[in-house]
Amino acid sequence: MKYVDEFRDPDKAKKLLKEIDKLCSEITLPEDRPIQIMEVCGGHTHSIFRYGLKQLLPDNLEFVHGPGCPVCVLPRSVVDNCIRIAEHDDVIFTTFGDAMRVPGSTKSLLDVKAEGGDIRMVYSPLDALTIAQKNPDKRVVFFGLGFETTMPSTALSIMQAKKQGIDNFYLFCNHITIIPTIKAVLDSPGMRIDGFLGPGHVSLIIGTQPYRFIADDYHKPLVAAGFEPLDILQSVWMVLKQLKNGEAKIENQYSRLVHEEGNASALSPIQEVFELREFFEWRGLGSINHSGVKVNDKYRAFDAEVEFDLKEVTVTDPDVCQCGEVLKGVLKPWQCKVFGKECTPEKPLGALMVSTEGACSAQYSYAQNIDLINKK
Amino acid sequence: MNKKYKGKKITMAHGSGGKASSDLIADIFVNTFNNEYLAIMEDQARFDMPAGRLALTTDSFVVSPLFFNGGNIGKLAITGTVNDLAVSGAKPLYLTCGLILEEGLPIETLDKIIKSMQKTAEEAGVKVVCGDTKVVERGSADQIFINTAGVGVIAEGVEIHSSSACVGDKIIVNGYIGDHGATIMQSRAELAISADIDSDCQVLNHLVQKMLSVSDNIHSLRDATRGGVATVLNEIATDSKVCISVKEDSLPIRVPTRGVCEILGLDPLYLANEGTLVCVVKAEDADTVLEAMKQTKEGENACIIGEVVDGPEGIVALNTLFGGNKIIDKLIGDQLPRIC
Amino acid sequence: MCLGIPAQIKEIVDVDNQIAMVDLSGVSREVNIACVLDDTYQSEDLINKWVLVHVGFALSVVDEDEAHKTLKILDEIGELSATMDDLDQGSK
Repeated sequence: MKYVDEFRDPDKAKKLLKEIDKLCSEITLPEDRPIQIMEVCGGHTHSIFRYGLKQLLPDNLEFVHGPGCPVCVLPRSVVDNCIRIAEHDDVIFTTFGDAMRVPGSTKSLLDVKAEGGDIRMVYSPLDALTIAQKNPDKRVVFFGLGFETTMPSTALSIMQAKKQGIDNFYLFCNHITIIPTIKAVLDSPGMRIDGFLGPGHVSLIIGTQPYRFIADDYHKPLVAAGFEPLDILQSVWMVLKQLKNGEAKIENQYSRLVHEEGNASALSPIQEVFELREFFEWRGLGSINHSGVKVNDKYRAFDAEVEFDLKEVTVTDPDVCQCGEVLKGVLKPWQCKVFGKECTPEKPLGALMVSTEGACSAQYSYAQNIDLINKK
Repeated sequence: MNKKYKGKKITMAHGSGGKASSDLIADIFVNTFNNEYLAIMEDQARFDMPAGRLALTTDSFVVSPLFFNGGNIGKLAITGTVNDLAVSGAKPLYLTCGLILEEGLPIETLDKIIKSMQKTAEEAGVKVVCGDTKVVERGSADQIFINTAGVGVIAEGVEIHSSSACVGDKIIVNGYIGDHGATIMQSRAELAISADIDSDCQVLNHLVQKMLSVSDNIHSLRDATRGGVATVLNEIATDSKVCISVKEDSLPIRVPTRGVCEILGLDPLYLANEGTLVCVVKAEDADTVLEAMKQTKEGENACIIGEVVDGPEGIVALNTLFGGNKIIDKLIGDQLPRIC
Repeated sequence: MCLGIPAQIKEIVDVDNQIAMVDLSGVSREVNIACVLDDTYQSEDLINKWVLVHVGFALSVVDEDEAHKTLKILDEIGELSATMDDLDQGSK
């Protein structure tokens, strides 16, 4: 596969790992602890586990899995509202696959499907729009989630619905923005992140300029990173080089797709359809100002929150849940009191155990056994 | 097909036991399956069994869509049951066929499916000797559900068990993995992708007999169906209390199957197969078994994908392209297309 | 939501609605190309171009020069170090 296989070359990876090893041996932090690099994005977390990259890195370098998995941070109240919408007889509820398993207060969308709800998995919001066209007597709701990466596609689908006069298509908008998220991590007490791998596809949309404050105000390096293993390793190498030289800059490893100024053609539909919310609730992180968007007045007719008169409700996670601290890199997954005991992939309590890319779920079977295998 | 059925659909009468029922049975089922046991039309099939241990299995088939590249629900209904018998080392002999038909199913569709079942049965050398037909009201079933049960005989001395894998054994698959799951994914209209992939749906009993003819040291054999090769490996690792290591660069995956997986965020190790087996064989016989497999149509792309290693019990690890290891866990729930 | 994959635009299917057909290793899908249409690229200019596809949309055109540059850097990363190692070994 072009532009994929070349960035999975094991020989180049070996060379990079050697360089990373060298750099790590030359960096000692004042607190004499491992170097901690946060990958913000769930796609990076997935790649790191998929290619077994963690074990290939030196012992004094650790990845901290950040809150960039939009499925993981879905609050229970949002899932409850999805269920509220889906339980109307005339509704076809459409969603990306990963969201179907996230538990709300009592059940997930998958449970509601089993109970007879018309819930359909789609690959694209345009497929949801097609369902609306084919089912004029139904109200078709698309569950829009994700960071800026998925905002243009959702926005363009709404614009298309308006252009084609489709009046039975609605958006339940739960898109979130990356900058307040990263800022919330940087502002957390006990935060010990030395550098960041920036979310590659979010950066494709917004460019790299919005990350400036991380270098200017917080003096941390950030490298916008692609998703193939060589992209991640090269980005780690670039962060380490900065750390060694005492630098804090915003760099772009993913230059084949990311440009400093972002993608105007993708930003334009976002500005056309959405506006910032005052605040938005995140599972595990609480409420963060201006971290979510909603449908603006021009497209209000497509807003599911209005159509279904949804109330904003906060449903707190169980007291025992320590997802917030894990998300911010303050705790490791196995340091959470309920990790692997009351909270497992089969019966998840918190967000990070739900999605397969959640830090805790990914860690669950990995940690127990991988050391034993590697030792053999 | 008898032209009286052209354009006609299944009605409740076809399941009621009256003339419509018996005509349908005679015209479509007995006529197509065409063997001396079924033709007698008693309440049961009666036959002698050769000496040896009996193996018995059953499976139900509810796939949608009914027809897909490389197969259909009928073909699956035969291959699934034949293969479940085959991997015990049994010679499959006789199958049953239970049908639940939805009112309104076009009879031409039913006829096509039954003809495909017979063709597949002939390929396997088995006979469908008895059956049952029920009709349910429109909406109570998704067009057609099929159950097949099968009986076969295991020759003396053949002992193949999921619990028999030993450290040092090699793991072999007979061909490309994940094709059936990828075919079904790409035939789901709501995903709107199209790819040139066919299901791997095929009978494996001849392949297994060929393998057994060259080695007495095949320890485990499993048919990798739902849940894919990963699930079967986990089952063997758990049942045998061993650790299995698989090399990522040994996995045989077709280019378009890989493409479907990349677009949808799926892992080919967990995709369903319908003509793929996993064989665990003593190391010293691995090359012999592999060569024998490669001489068959079902095994021409066979390869060694890993081995049983000294490690934590019940664990399957993937040795990645970069030399790191990753746990291949049991599947929790269905593998849903991932976009993150 | 980050799972994007590079695919090649093979044909423009609907100019008004901005739909193209892409191919990835023999898998085809229709994608919306609104995000890659701009002053640089009109519809027909996109044929045979590689784009990043995500949830049915082409989000950006792959900059092939930059891709080569990145691969070249990746090639060179280890080389310089290997040369230094050789020199070190030689001077011992």
